[in-house]
Amino acid sequence: MSEQITFTIDGIEIKGKAGQTIIEAADEAGIYIPRLCYHPELAPHGSCRVCTVLVNGKPQSACTQPIAEGITVENNTKELDEHRRNLIDMLFIEGNHFCMFCEKSGNCELQAVAYRLGILAPKYPYFFPKKDVDSTHPDIFLDLNRCILCGRCVSASRDIDGKGVFEFVGRSIEKKIAVNAEASLKDTNLKQADKAADVCPVGTINKKRTAFAIPIGKRLYDSKPIGSDIESRRK
Amino acid sequence: MSNSKRIIIEPVTRVEGHGKVSILLDENNKVTQARFHVVEFRGFERFIQGRPYWEIPVLVQRLCGICPVSHHLAAAKAMDKIVGVDKLTPTAEKLRRLMHYGQMFQSHALHFFHLCSPDLLFGFDADPKIRNVIGVAIKYPELAVQGVMMRKYGQEIIKATAGKKIHGTGAIPGGINKNLSIAERDVFLKDIKQMLDWARGALNIAKDYTVKNLDMLKPFASFDSNHLSLVRSDGAMDLYHGNLRAITADGKKIFDQVDYSNYSDYIAEEVKSWSYMKFPFIKSLGPQNGWYRVGPLAGINTCDFIDTPEAEKARKDFMALTSNKPNNITMAYHWARMIELLHSAEKINELLHDKDLQGTDLVVKGKRRNEGVGLIEAPRGTLFHHYKINDNDQIISANLIVSTTNNNEPFNRAVQKVAADYIDGVPKITEGLLNRIEVAIRAYDPCLSCATHALGKMPLIVTLYDYQGNEIDSKTKQ
Repeated sequence: MSEQITFTIDGIEIKGKAGQTIIEAADEAGIYIPRLCYHPELAPHGSCRVCTVLVNGKPQSACTQPIAEGITVENNTKELDEHRRNLIDMLFIEGNHFCMFCEKSGNCELQAVAYRLGILAPKYPYFFPKKDVDSTHPDIFLDLNRCILCGRCVSASRDIDGKGVFEFVGRSIEKKIAVNAEASLKDTNLKQADKAADVCPVGTINKKRTAFAIPIGKRLYDSKPIGSDIESRRK
Repeated sequence: MSNSKRIIIEPVTRVEGHGKVSILLDENNKVTQARFHVVEFRGFERFIQGRPYWEIPVLVQRLCGICPVSHHLAAAKAMDKIVGVDKLTPTAEKLRRLMHYGQMFQSHALHFFHLCSPDLLFGFDADPKIRNVIGVAIKYPELAVQGVMMRKYGQEIIKATAGKKIHGTGAIPGGINKNLSIAERDVFLKDIKQMLDWARGALNIAKDYTVKNLDMLKPFASFDSNHLSLVRSDGAMDLYHGNLRAITADGKKIFDQVDYSNYSDYIAEEVKSWSYMKFPFIKSLGPQNGWYRVGPLAGINTCDFIDTPEAEKARKDFMALTSNKPNNITMAYHWARMIELLHSAEKINELLHDKDLQGTDLVVKGKRRNEGVGLIEAPRGTLFHHYKINDNDQIISANLIVSTTNNNEPFNRAVQKVAADYIDGVPKITEGLLNRIEVAIRAYDPCLSCATHALGKMPLIVTLYDYQGNEIDSKTKQ
């Protein structure tokens, strides 16, 4: 039996287990902390900062910060949501996100978090960057226009698939996902069944010939906002 | 030099998009040419290059907010070919047809009740302050309400089949992504009788108006032309699918039952420096004589019969007006459009009683091809989508001949006819001329934003030029 740790999120008492991060304990308790790069099956990356909470008044990413006895976590505040909106607004304008014809629309975590936080229109001017598309793989379509550099594909390919198909290259605004091959995605051993092909929160890694198969109304976030599944666990 | 004359009218209102008209005069102030310029450019054909083919039916429908379904379905039909599917499941085909008839129904209702009815009900020269949709709502409130309710009905059908009223996702390569539930069907069955009634009423208004004013309408903006549309293999009107048929102004077949995948063997496009809208023509007749009309008038002229009883009866009435020869009266478009409206309502009724709509076999798979053509009879006429893809599933080229583009030369002819009839040696743009040019253009229900794949609203500027190209008068209509 692991050691129980008691702390609060927005004044609600949470009983977590030693070794859990704030986001893991919050998820278990049915409290949704907005996030993008975090995936429960992958090592936390802490890169998007959307899950930033205040721990005893100091900003920390909830996906990397372990829980501790007696800490006070603030999550659902106007100020934090404003920071989160700004982060998401910047992600939108740094890429080329055209939800209107994106096959991930309705199932996209970026879009869903934006809707949940009340973003209806872009706040900053678009960069319209030139990004690569790699359609060479017979079963997977890679569209870097929509990449938010969450790193999920990098971790999944390395840690779960044991392949290392994806890696980050470049720095700052030039940073991007690259494939570990001489030329293109078709030269890797990526398979459609790989975890790496399944964890992309946006429309960057897409399984070919599956687009728009789910009708509007039945998509993941059509009827309930993202995080509703977590909140439904709350007792 | 100083006696040079040219008339420009811009903008044209109550059509979709933006238009500008130039009228060129000779030394005696007689009209020599009219040009309907379309001055916006969007470039869809270019910027979809590199995108995966399955994205296209959802992407290209963004050309338009009025008839996105037509683009969605034409692109989906082209993508069926790309995925090697020549025949859909009955459920998929019927769902797509239902979506399409819903689209035809709402678009034709919108055009008739809200865009053109002010001209028909109040006359071409009525004060613009009352000659608009608000004027119709005040004087004929029941018609305005019918227009809104019919449009809503069509839009709800689109929502039930495509997921959204505008820019949905229903059609996917090789099929459709949902069927119609019993509950959804029953909502439409409840109101279909009312829709049929109102469609009959609208048809009667258009017919009575045309017959009553025939002497005035017969020459108005009219000219002989070829006509082109899709027809079913037995010659019936088919708004969703068929083969190409083109006829001359007096009804001789130019070509018939042409597999539309081979359209480029029969139709070419000419580019002119003064418009972003291309000029399609029938190759065998050349650009001078090969231009043609599409849309409801052409559809009724080219088909042998309509396979729904009330629309067929209406077609016979319509054809009787011109002794069963093709009707070349521009203003007869309105009557023809209402026949299509009634036909669409009859088809919706037929489909709603078909159990295949509740089927679950939605998608067919085939052997991938690198080229696909999809055609459909959109509300404004025959719509062509043609795509080529590479081995990596990316679009490498696209050609869209939008319904309104097919009617490009007819616009110019209509405007030229009106101008020639109205400017008689006096190089001036009068209110009457402005009104009539608008009425003539509006008969085609042009969607200029689609045709140039262009942005913007639709004001009209008319400018008058002399034989040396000097501007002598210009009027703008907001």
